[in-house]
Amino acid sequence: MTRIDSPPRRPSRLARLPIIHQLHQSVGLQRGMLVAGLVITALFVLTAILAPLVAPYGYSQLRGPDGVFGAQQPPGGAHLFGTTVGGYDVLSRVLWGAQTALFVIVVAVLLSIFAGVFLGLVSGYFGGWLDRVLVVVCDAVYAFPSLLLAIVMSIVISGGKSDLVGGVMAAAISITVVFIPQYFRVIRAETVRIKSEAYVESARVLGSGNIRIMVRHVLRNATRTLPLIFTLNSSEAILTLAGLGFLGFGIEPTAASEWGYDLNKAISDVSSGIWWTSLFPGLAIVLVVMGITLVGESLNDLADPRLRGRRAVGANAGLVAETSVVPGGTLTAGPGGLGGLESGPLHTNDGEATS
Amino acid sequence: MTTVATTPAAPAAGRQPTTTAPKKKGSGGGIIRYIVIRFLLIFPTIFILVSMVFWLMRTTGDPITAALGGRLSADQLAERVAAAGYDRPILVQYVEYLGQIFTGNFGTTISTNRPVSEVLLTYGAATAELAFYALLVAFIVGIPLGMVAAYWRDKSPDASLRIFAILCYATPVFFSGLLFKLIFAVWLKVLPVAGRASTSSELQMQLLPGKTGLYTIDAIQTGNPAILVDVLTHAVLPALALGLLTAGVFLRLVRTNVIGTLGTDYVDAARSRGVSEFRLVRKHAYRPALIPIITVIGLQIALLLGGAVLTETTFEWKGLGFMLSEFLQARDFVAVQGIVALLAVIVALSNFIVDIIAALIDPRVRY
Amino acid sequence: MSDIRTDQQTILRIDDLGVSFSTDAGAVRAVDGVTLSVRRGEVLAIVGESGSGKTVTAKTILGLLPETAVSEGAVILTSRDGASENNVIALSRQRLRQVRGTDVSMVFQEPSTALNPVYTVGWQIMEGIRAHGTVSRADARKKAIEILGRVGIPDPEVRVNYYPHQFSGGQKQRVVIAMALVLEPGLIVADEPTTALDVTVQAEILDLLRRCRDEFGTAIVLITHNMGVVADLADRVAVMYQGKVVEEADAQTLFSSPQDPYTQKLLAAVPYVGQGVVRAAERAEARSPEWAAQTPVVVADNLRIQYPGRLGRPGFVAVDGVSFSIRPGEVLGLVGESGSGKTTIGRAIAGLTRVTDGSLTVLGHEMNGFKERRFKHLRSDIGFVFQDPASSFNPLLTIADCVAEPLVVHGRAANPRAARARVDELLEAVQLPRAFGDRFPHELSGGQRQRASLARALALEPALLIADEPTSALDVSVQARVLELFAELQREFGFAALFISHDLAVVDILADRIAVLYHGRLVEEGTGAQVLGSPRDPYTQRLLASLPVPDPAAQAKRRDELRRLRAAG
Repeated sequence: MTRIDSPPRRPSRLARLPIIHQLHQSVGLQRGMLVAGLVITALFVLTAILAPLVAPYGYSQLRGPDGVFGAQQPPGGAHLFGTTVGGYDVLSRVLWGAQTALFVIVVAVLLSIFAGVFLGLVSGYFGGWLDRVLVVVCDAVYAFPSLLLAIVMSIVISGGKSDLVGGVMAAAISITVVFIPQYFRVIRAETVRIKSEAYVESARVLGSGNIRIMVRHVLRNATRTLPLIFTLNSSEAILTLAGLGFLGFGIEPTAASEWGYDLNKAISDVSSGIWWTSLFPGLAIVLVVMGITLVGESLNDLADPRLRGRRAVGANAGLVAETSVVPGGTLTAGPGGLGGLESGPLHTNDGEATS
Repeated sequence: MTTVATTPAAPAAGRQPTTTAPKKKGSGGGIIRYIVIRFLLIFPTIFILVSMVFWLMRTTGDPITAALGGRLSADQLAERVAAAGYDRPILVQYVEYLGQIFTGNFGTTISTNRPVSEVLLTYGAATAELAFYALLVAFIVGIPLGMVAAYWRDKSPDASLRIFAILCYATPVFFSGLLFKLIFAVWLKVLPVAGRASTSSELQMQLLPGKTGLYTIDAIQTGNPAILVDVLTHAVLPALALGLLTAGVFLRLVRTNVIGTLGTDYVDAARSRGVSEFRLVRKHAYRPALIPIITVIGLQIALLLGGAVLTETTFEWKGLGFMLSEFLQARDFVAVQGIVALLAVIVALSNFIVDIIAALIDPRVRY
Repeated sequence: MSDIRTDQQTILRIDDLGVSFSTDAGAVRAVDGVTLSVRRGEVLAIVGESGSGKTVTAKTILGLLPETAVSEGAVILTSRDGASENNVIALSRQRLRQVRGTDVSMVFQEPSTALNPVYTVGWQIMEGIRAHGTVSRADARKKAIEILGRVGIPDPEVRVNYYPHQFSGGQKQRVVIAMALVLEPGLIVADEPTTALDVTVQAEILDLLRRCRDEFGTAIVLITHNMGVVADLADRVAVMYQGKVVEEADAQTLFSSPQDPYTQKLLAAVPYVGQGVVRAAERAEARSPEWAAQTPVVVADNLRIQYPGRLGRPGFVAVDGVSFSIRPGEVLGLVGESGSGKTTIGRAIAGLTRVTDGSLTVLGHEMNGFKERRFKHLRSDIGFVFQDPASSFNPLLTIADCVAEPLVVHGRAANPRAARARVDELLEAVQLPRAFGDRFPHELSGGQRQRASLARALALEPALLIADEPTSALDVSVQARVLELFAELQREFGFAALFISHDLAVVDILADRIAVLYHGRLVEEGTGAQVLGSPRDPYTQRLLASLPVPDPAAQAKRRDELRRLRAAG
């Protein structure tokens, strides 16, 4: 008979949250990358929220108590990072820029997640001609340079001139359209895979309705990889936003601060050796994108048992047996430990073998 | 048992190959069939993109009003609009536009009043040259370093290479471009600041009877080594800026795929025959990994072209991207539409070629 | 235990080997104080269930453990000529490389993944040759052709240029064996060499391995979980359990008088043909005469199922003109090798695959021209148990939620919580503690999950249960328990069942009647006594003779019988 053995140590609810779970799972270099990425990202979000408090001046401020700032002032004194050709304070522009970037990321990613997940789920689950059409359309859009598409979209939305805060919205929506195919593809692929899993077939045999299967079985399992795509797309959103700004589709300096726009204005400065106007906004982009990418890549590695590193063990360590259970589970794949190595019917070590 | 088809779970991250990858199965003649089907797939792709661009751009109104609105009186504007046929039903214009594209006619620019196809021919060569050099940099840097990173997985070379790769694609091309300019052109003064060649070289190359527009080839044709050096030094910084971006992506791609194949049974099997670790990476892991890598590289062409627009603007490299941003400033949407449509064709064609190469490398498709 | 001293006859000596792994669940000790030795030209079988550490032991012999493993003790390998002796665990990378392939080589479980798909088999064999000493391309090629011929690949001169996907599964395994043999190592480690193959192919590969020993004089360490394979090939047997060797003896002794309780239990759990005949006869006795006149639950008449081809190509015909019926309360065992169409039939009955032609009536409903809406009310009368216990439960729901699913879907309970009392009953019926209802699927072992799967299938007390290879992913001892449970539940609930399996012995235990499928056609059908006792169809005869039995003496006789059948055609 089966003995009632104590259930395996189950991690607390907190520890099973995305990111925190991965943080526990990671080791060595991977943990270092993840932590570094999280710190940078947190810093970025804090700066964005606290910009009004941290920034010495407003993003469109041209004069302080001592009069006009003056254009292209070198770093030092009242202007730690100097001033731009337009006479703005570089430091303030950089700090305020975080706010614009964060806003665009949130809007763009949220919109594209909803549209992409819905389309991907329906398309992958039902298949048929709608699926085929959507796949061809999304593949076509996906293969197209995303920056060009964003340009076209931004022309459509704002007529190419973005002089209001609405310009931020325009940028966000342009980026959304670019991202929808990406979410669509990922969610669709996952849906198609999950659809052939035994537990979905089992639900079909039981007579569960399509909606019930989609919501209860497919959706939650298909969206497990979302945190990962979310991070990778956030960094792409920043780059696209900056690219738009650099090409003159950004947001006017009076509406908000945007790094790409500042870099565009700095092109001519560079030739005359004025470095501070381009260096600081550029570094801000690099830093934020790097931070978010580090998080995304770490999540990706941890989700893939082939790429995941593990703690080293001392000789003679560990208990014999019960190797089949992986607390918490992994994002995409089954247990990566002994399972991949031990052959035989399956990596199961049944309790009743001993009783 | 065999009847339940299992779809391989594609790792979700980043840009992954499309679903059009060839399936194995089926012997003999499979490859020709695959090429034909894959070729036919180009047309819906181009059709979708061109239509999308047309409809999107036209929702904002007719291009003449967009470009000249405010500068001309309402009467003059209406006259110009009617002359260009933009007052007809939009469906008629759409069908006409599709027909024109099919015959290679991309319209006439409003700002410069030149056929778009002429603009494309004049400036396309410059973009092609830049893309070629950038790809060269990306291949030379990205692929070997990716293999090195996979070989030293989780050791310090791998760690530094991964940081390098992330830096590469976290840096916008226009920022790395500006930095390169600042360091190498302004401070060190070893390389030119911008442009494709110095004015004197350009003049000499203009005089060539068989000029191609590809400056490297033209420079060789002049037989003057100084011109060739001039052209090449101008290409170094833009190619590096654009190439390193792509190299970062390649590095990561090669590393991930090679590590993936290193974990397969056949690598273990080769190891059990006494094959050296180096050879395992170079032969057994790399070659099978190459098939997905090539497919993804096809998708990187899109990234490269997007990056080219920014790089050309940064370095005043007079190619399609540079012109595109000029036309955008001038709000000349006919020209923009033309360039975007052409890029769509290029993207579709290059993806086709890349998919075919990937299929040819895979013996399961070839036989 | 065997003699630890090195003598001329010992080719491999494992001394107090211990291996630990780092896994997601923390450190795990996979091998614990194993001491073994292998003599020249001897087949040592290491038997055990999953998690016993047998594969880890095998990989240690070639130094193939991943970096997450730490090993201690000694693995002393002697070269074929006896000239050199190496401790694999302590070898440098370079020396290890030289030893692999020349002193010891390996045959893998899955031949389709053990060959690199993008290189020709000849290239891969030659690579192994040229990795050890300078050999010209032409010579290496000649050697590759020769060895391919010796392992029974026809036309080796041509096939040497073939890519792996151009060979069948059994031929691929021959190629893998050729690669292992080509440098004539003194020892081959064969890790579950026949597990991925069909029974009839398995018999051929076992013959080939026997020839390796007899003709090449190679010693073999045979890793397997299959007692029949052990009985067929092994000279000596070591039984491993939880990382330790619990018993070691020569094959004859081990099978006739096992000493360790675990070995005894393991041997008792192995199903063998003929086990179910008595029980089936008893059941047939007990049935009333009117039973035969009842309307069958499932009737297939000239059933044909074809999978659509890609883009105008002809599709694959999985089931071709099959007729059978299942009466109420009857268990039909459906046997066939991979690709025989057995799973397709099961799926068609459950409405998961469309019928192309012919007729299939399930509970009075015609499945040809299937419409989900009209079939739905019948679904509560059908239960399904899937093959893979790992994927048959939604990983995000608890076991109780999963088992409650049919009750909720068919309106017997408002929500999973309301169904809990019934779920607890069901869990008890499949002998799982109630507390397991609160666990998540990954917290259960394979056998436990498969029992929960039975609970879910039986929740609505269906009239028909389809079980698609429910035990083929389980260890033997677990399989025995699940089969027993299945029989018990069938007696209790009285459902009709279609039991699909590739294993004749497993089907025999449960089935009232057995149907044998071959390439989509039904070649033989009858009671267990008829089909297994005196098979008429040549394929059934071959299938039966290919199935190794866990008794070395009996198996030797069966081998001769199989040879005779093969010779007869």
